Amino acid sequence: MSEPILQINNLCMNFGGIKALDDLNLDVEQGEIVALIGPNGAGKTTFFNCVTGIYNPTHGDVMLSPPGKPSIRLNGLKPNHVAEKGMARTFQNIRLFQSMTVLENVMIGRHCRTSAFILGAILRDRATMQEEKQILQKSYEILQKMGLEKHMNELAGNLSYGEQRRLEIARALATEPFLLLLDEPAAGMNPQETQDLEAMINLLQQEGQSILLIEHDMKLVMNLSDRIFVMDYGKQIASGSPQEVRDNPAVIKAYLGDDSYA
Amino acid sequence: MNSFKETKRSALVSLWFMFLTFPVMVMKVDAIEKTVTWRWENMAFIGIGSFILSLFGRAFFERQKSRRQRQIEQNIEKRNLIQIIISHNKYLYPLAIAFFLFALLFPHLFSTYQINVMTTALMYVVLGLGLNIVVGVAGLLDLGFVAFYAVGAYSYALLNLHFGLGFWAVLPIGAILAAMFGVLLGFPVLRLRGDYLAIVTLAFGEIIRLVLENWNEFSQGPSGVSNIPRPGLFGIDLTLDQAITYLYYLMIIMVLVTIFVVNRLQNSRLGRAWVALREDEIACQAMGIDKTKTKLTAFALGATWAGMVGVIFAAKTTFINPASFTFLESAIILAIVVLGGMGSIVGVIIGAFILILLPEYLRALSDYRMLAFGAIMVSMMVFRPQGIISNVRRRYHYDPEKERSE
Repeated sequence: MSEPILQINNLCMNFGGIKALDDLNLDVEQGEIVALIGPNGAGKTTFFNCVTGIYNPTHGDVMLSPPGKPSIRLNGLKPNHVAEKGMARTFQNIRLFQSMTVLENVMIGRHCRTSAFILGAILRDRATMQEEKQILQKSYEILQKMGLEKHMNELAGNLSYGEQRRLEIARALATEPFLLLLDEPAAGMNPQETQDLEAMINLLQQEGQSILLIEHDMKLVMNLSDRIFVMDYGKQIASGSPQEVRDNPAVIKAYLGDDSYA
Repeated sequence: MNSFKETKRSALVSLWFMFLTFPVMVMKVDAIEKTVTWRWENMAFIGIGSFILSLFGRAFFERQKSRRQRQIEQNIEKRNLIQIIISHNKYLYPLAIAFFLFALLFPHLFSTYQINVMTTALMYVVLGLGLNIVVGVAGLLDLGFVAFYAVGAYSYALLNLHFGLGFWAVLPIGAILAAMFGVLLGFPVLRLRGDYLAIVTLAFGEIIRLVLENWNEFSQGPSGVSNIPRPGLFGIDLTLDQAITYLYYLMIIMVLVTIFVVNRLQNSRLGRAWVALREDEIACQAMGIDKTKTKLTAFALGATWAGMVGVIFAAKTTFINPASFTFLESAIILAIVVLGGMGSIVGVIIGAFILILLPEYLRALSDYRMLAFGAIMVSMMVFRPQGIISNVRRRYHYDPEKERSE
């Protein structure tokens, strides 16, 4: 088996005396959908923030191995460099650029793959115009893939909730990540929207996109994931295939409490 | 029921006003004769007046609310006249050409005084457009913008005094120096936002002014630098009137260049990054935008314009001292941006003309100038918080069929 594209070893994150993450190990293989689940407050979003550079982990390693390139240790890198290295994320509480248009939101995602700067902006030389055209084209294609191209000139804040979630994914995809991190993409969606989302994530996987997913919707997680990691109180309590995790007593205990475990 | 409640509210408002204005409108103390006159009739006027105004105000708001509701129901996008003009080239171009012709003919139609006033207004247009990059587009509230203006002005005054450098040589130097000061200010405030940023930038502006005021060996202190030469025109000797006209045309060119550059910057990869930074810093970074670089370029590019206008200011007045660069100056430039509409170029231009020209032409009422100024700002914030012209995001057109056939 090839080297995992994301390898996390003994990751710890302390906030003062609180151990939000305690000795966490996780890995994602190329082309896989891996889910991270756990009860509320288990530290899943903290984990995402550590991996994407928003927090600097107390200790442990976050190793990223882009396909065909040497692996990099991500600890302490700024979020923008993490995005440049090829890992993009969405947010649990939607963080779109509300007063920009839908298309512009996606165009922002192209930022780290393009280079025009002050002089290019003022002079609008051929290279800059070419780049702008490519940004527009690529962004439009991504919107099309996510089924949002009809709304391209609307303000992002005016989209419906489910569309905003999809736009977040579109924006993350625009950075051309080889690993996409989705933080509760189905939160607040109705069953129909969740179903559409499932189809969309499946489609992304067929295109070879590796995905790391945090989700509470168990049906979605069980249907999509190749492997599942379960955590509680910052510790990893189980991992394995959906079937293994479903039958794991520790997981049932964490979710349902002691008494129901019988 | 509803109207009774409204009436009750209005009555309360009028009571409150009667109480508030009591010391000013009712009591009249004669300090010499040591008597107090009670003018109760004034209180009655205030009570009745504010009651009626409040009733009308309420009715007006009610009507507007229902109208907005209707608009939402019928899905009509609300745009005012100016926005329609801006968004349609067939209206915009003739209008722009007409304005341009008027601007060209202006010195031949009006007196020197008028030209001077107009030059000042044009300077504030450029200052406003510069600050607009920082405040309007990148969302970094900067209360010390005048510092960069001072840097520009003093770089011309001092470089000319000590090294005899001419206007045209110093214009780019002033711009670069101001940009460097922009970066200098930018570094320590990278982590700050909103109110905290405002306080630090305010302090920065004051530091620059205090240094200029107190470092006598460097800047000649409060007495300032005088006899700064006006800009030259291929070595031709200009009379005072000619020099003023020349400066006016210079400013026109400057404004056109600024509009051109700022417009292009706003519609570029960098401009989008600025707006994204204003909207959500964390998401912005997570999408791969370098926060440091983006913020510093915003500060530097905003300051550049202030530096250049500073050089022109020094050349125009031929005398500068620190008193020209007080906080009030920063406040006026900020007011131009806020009044005009954050992020909107046309808005800022209109804002600058209103805030600079109106006080000039209303000199007869100069006693009430600050009062009117305050009233305008307060009513703007209540009725149109987005400014005279709110910024409309650019619409992109993309036709996949056409792209494929190309």
